[in-house]
Amino acid sequence: MVDFSYTFLIPLIPLVVFLITGLLGMKWKPMVSGIIGTVGLLIAWLLSLYTGYEYFLAHTVEHYQTIIPINMLWLSFTNSLQIHMGVLIDPISVLMLIVVTTISLMAHMYSLGYMKGETGFARYYAFLSLFTFSMLGLVLSTNIFQMYIFWELVGASSFLLIGFYYTKPSAVAAAKKAFIVTRFADFGFLVGILVLSFLTRTFDFSKLTEPGTTIFASSAGVTFMGVSALSWAMSLIFIGGAGKSAMFPFHIWLPDAMEGPTPVSSLIHAATMVVAGVYLVARLFPIYHFQTPQVLIMIGYVGGFTSLFAAIIAMTQFDIKRVLAYSTLSQIGYMMVGLGVSGFGGDHGLGYMAGMFHLFTHSMFKALLFLGAGSIIHAVHSNEMKDMGGLRKYMPITHITFLTACLAISGVPPFAGFFSKDEILAAALESNKLLYWTEYITAGLTSFYIFRLYFRIFWGKNTDYGHHTPHESPWVMTVPLIFLALGSAFGGWIPFHDFVTPDLAPMVHKMEWLDTIPSVLIGLVGIFAAWYLYKKESSRPKAVVDFLGNLHTWAYHKFYIDEIYLFITRKIMFGMIATGIAWFDRHIVDGFMFGVADVTMALSGKIKKFQSGNLQEYAFVYVAGALALVLTLLYVFVK
Amino acid sequence: MDFLNLFVAVPVLTVIGIMFTKDLKGARIVSAIGMGIQLILSAYLVFYYLSLQGVGDLHNMIFYADTVWYAPLNIHYTIGVDGIAVAMIALTGIVVFAGIFASWKMEYLPREFFISLIILATGVFGFFISLDLFTMLMFYELAVIPMYLLIGIWGTGPKERSAMKLTLMLMAGSALLVVGLLGIYFNSAAPGGTYTFNMVEIVKHQMPIAAQRFFFPLTFVGFGVLGALFPLHTWSPDGHASAPTAVSMLHAGVLMKLGAYGCFRVAMYLMPQAAHQLAWIFIILTSISVVYGAFGAIKQKDLKFINAYSSVSHVGLILFALLMMNTTAIDGAILQMISHGLMTALFFALIGMIYGRTHTRDIDKMGGLLKIIPFLGVMYIIAGFASLGLPGFSGFVAEMTIFVGAFQHADMFHRVATIVVVSSIVVTAVYILRVVGIMLLGPLKNQEHAKLTDATWFERVSTITLVIAIAGIGIVPLWLSDTIQRSLHPLLQMILH
Repeated sequence: MVDFSYTFLIPLIPLVVFLITGLLGMKWKPMVSGIIGTVGLLIAWLLSLYTGYEYFLAHTVEHYQTIIPINMLWLSFTNSLQIHMGVLIDPISVLMLIVVTTISLMAHMYSLGYMKGETGFARYYAFLSLFTFSMLGLVLSTNIFQMYIFWELVGASSFLLIGFYYTKPSAVAAAKKAFIVTRFADFGFLVGILVLSFLTRTFDFSKLTEPGTTIFASSAGVTFMGVSALSWAMSLIFIGGAGKSAMFPFHIWLPDAMEGPTPVSSLIHAATMVVAGVYLVARLFPIYHFQTPQVLIMIGYVGGFTSLFAAIIAMTQFDIKRVLAYSTLSQIGYMMVGLGVSGFGGDHGLGYMAGMFHLFTHSMFKALLFLGAGSIIHAVHSNEMKDMGGLRKYMPITHITFLTACLAISGVPPFAGFFSKDEILAAALESNKLLYWTEYITAGLTSFYIFRLYFRIFWGKNTDYGHHTPHESPWVMTVPLIFLALGSAFGGWIPFHDFVTPDLAPMVHKMEWLDTIPSVLIGLVGIFAAWYLYKKESSRPKAVVDFLGNLHTWAYHKFYIDEIYLFITRKIMFGMIATGIAWFDRHIVDGFMFGVADVTMALSGKIKKFQSGNLQEYAFVYVAGALALVLTLLYVFVK
Repeated sequence: MDFLNLFVAVPVLTVIGIMFTKDLKGARIVSAIGMGIQLILSAYLVFYYLSLQGVGDLHNMIFYADTVWYAPLNIHYTIGVDGIAVAMIALTGIVVFAGIFASWKMEYLPREFFISLIILATGVFGFFISLDLFTMLMFYELAVIPMYLLIGIWGTGPKERSAMKLTLMLMAGSALLVVGLLGIYFNSAAPGGTYTFNMVEIVKHQMPIAAQRFFFPLTFVGFGVLGALFPLHTWSPDGHASAPTAVSMLHAGVLMKLGAYGCFRVAMYLMPQAAHQLAWIFIILTSISVVYGAFGAIKQKDLKFINAYSSVSHVGLILFALLMMNTTAIDGAILQMISHGLMTALFFALIGMIYGRTHTRDIDKMGGLLKIIPFLGVMYIIAGFASLGLPGFSGFVAEMTIFVGAFQHADMFHRVATIVVVSSIVVTAVYILRVVGIMLLGPLKNQEHAKLTDATWFERVSTITLVIAIAGIGIVPLWLSDTIQRSLHPLLQMILH
């Protein structure tokens, strides 16, 4: 096997590009930064593909190795707790390398056209490179603290990119919201890391996830509030993952994050950063599975609930990017379900494999949906469905590629989503019926909302576009669309079970084609319903909305979760606690200090009267005092 | 003459030099040269220390010198430094030097201003080199008193009131300190022995536990006032808001660390048993400081108020970490002293620069400034990210070292307190992003600001220098953290058992 030590270059290239374009970008023509960024990423992409080839294909192995070619000491807390900066090569990290660099390359290239002429073009590419660097550092982490470091960095680059149009108040608000919500989740993550490292005395993934490890033995009896300390740790760490992956109840930042430029939504908020939580769970899967199985199944339920919940909301939204954002939540929920229901060895690892498989196919078709949406927005200058319709005639490439992605996400064979989604359903059916039915229904809703989107954009009425006829996007934008469409169409045929399994050994697995019929059917039902309602302009959708009544209103208002949060932060955190503390500080704490000063002043005011300079008064006090003293002495001694 | 004496001699000579100048130009050049020399001396000291550490471990103070000052009471002028003092001196050197440049345009009574500023610096440098408690206290007062003049004369807003409040509260702290230090003095030897103020001697003789328990809280609180220990922190917002830029930089950057350093070097080092027994009280107070300061910052509108509350939170974290009493946490405390010193100096310098342009510090009157003054805006955002503990900057390294260290305690109380303190990372993000969002981002709010000019060359130099230091520590933290841990070793042997 080759020496993988060159892999540190993969994150390093975007970092160098970031520094160059960040420091010198404003001195050049904007396009130079774009081209440097894209070329740099092309190199990183080729290196990743080479790594994937060397790791998975070049040698047939019984069992994949975990390789750590580089691990440098970065900061040392104690003799055992140290942060290293290194590169960890194993099936899921190589998979993520390929996913991240591929989608990032597509976004880089696409942005050359999409962002052309925007002010801050160089800044945009610098941030894009910063994000790519951070994300690659995250997936290659050798220990949980390194992961946390890059975890924060992707959060910051996400903040910078959501707030890219920084003169727009809604973008600023969305960026802040995203950062603070994920930061809140990261508080959980950090405490989880502290507890885990306290129990095990290590940060290293290789020690934590080693099969049959004994480092958890010492923490066996440690409990806190009736729950084992390790369960606390793993739940808290999952909270960090839930924050990044926008799982309920931390999902509120993701739809707002659509304020960022569309390629950013595609790269960060659909394909890579938001699946970091899934990656985190997969990375720590042996601990979840062997030590805290009850936390793992909780993860499955969180994922299942989020997927259904988000799919319901997605059916009612009119902003096409928001529909896609809720769809992303829903699909990440699927991945979490896959991990949640999974076992470990042999065939039992199906859920894990399927979850990661879905991560891969989802990155293709969801990035494609976003880039396609970007192409549409670019053409009609609006995010709203009502401004669209009949676009298939004007934008043939966008239309066909978008349709491919819609078929993929709906699970229509032989498109990519069919394979991965079906494996998740198969895994769920085996171990948890409730989650199976949730996901089964969600599959139907998914194909409904995505085809609702499709029919309303490309079919239906021919909106009057005025003198500005929509036209197809330039080739730098359509090439990524075509590339991703190929991935969405054929990505499912990759024999994933040979590559990614929890026990690192290729899985002997055969798809049962007959068992897939129900899930294909429900997908087709969803598509049919969308076709029936939205193929042409009609009063049918309105009739359905009226029929659903409040249910629709609630879903349309996202079940008022945002309002609840707003109440908690504005009214309670800002309004009561912060204002309360500010008042308390000014009036009570400071008031006490002033009180001391006032009492001193008053006292000295009293005392100074003694020094009146009035001789008679002094004489009187003197005599009176002497008399009192004499009388006292007499009383004491004579008695 | 001993090398360390130069740290006092150079500022004194600078002050004398300024007296002979006529105007702002002369005064600022002499100050810059004097403090430039001081900075070079600090750098030399750091390298000298590192070279010694490379040779072997340092169990003694370096440049130790001892002169009898007042024999009847056995008061000496004893000086000497170890790794932590060296780090503090280097920090002071940087911040004072940057502070001179931040006052480059001080038009009003410039000579007097620079004289007061440098007297203050003399006090700080003298404090960090002294080993004799009496000398130390003298330098401490020398640092506090010019503050009154600097705020009262050159400040803004209700400056007289703020100056009065600050000085009185710090003086109240000094009063406790005097009692505490005398208590240490009279317990520094067995009855009949010779009492001493020399810390190196005192630590050899263990103070009686009863005396420790009485004098430890006095000393700790006495120094703690300067470290803005809750509930004695209220001088900080008013004082910082009224103080001129350089004074805010020096005060938050260095003087507050002086309080923390005193808590560690005097209270905890000389009275370790009492520190162990009574730490819990102060752990509660400092945990409150950390979270309370952060919440206090959320609602403020004045940039300096925000940073003052933020300093209460961040310096509270230093005191908290010291009280955790293990190598990692205390290492983190020292890192945080350096990190916060640099970060807060950067913040106050930037606030001064922004205020110099907009003539307001009320964030509600500003908006969309990033487009107008991109350099200063970007620097402010970087300072903000550093302050909220983003990896790649020094704050992250310091905070994580503290959190991991503090969490290693076996008992639940310390760990729960740690979790409470960790929660501040969320609140910090809230108030930092709030300011950035209101002041820098969004559309331009005040059209008068449309013609503001971006940073001048000397403003760029001073801010970039600080950012490089902050990022340098944040990106390659190992050498600094290692150096601190090794120099802590001899000290902690006293404290940790």
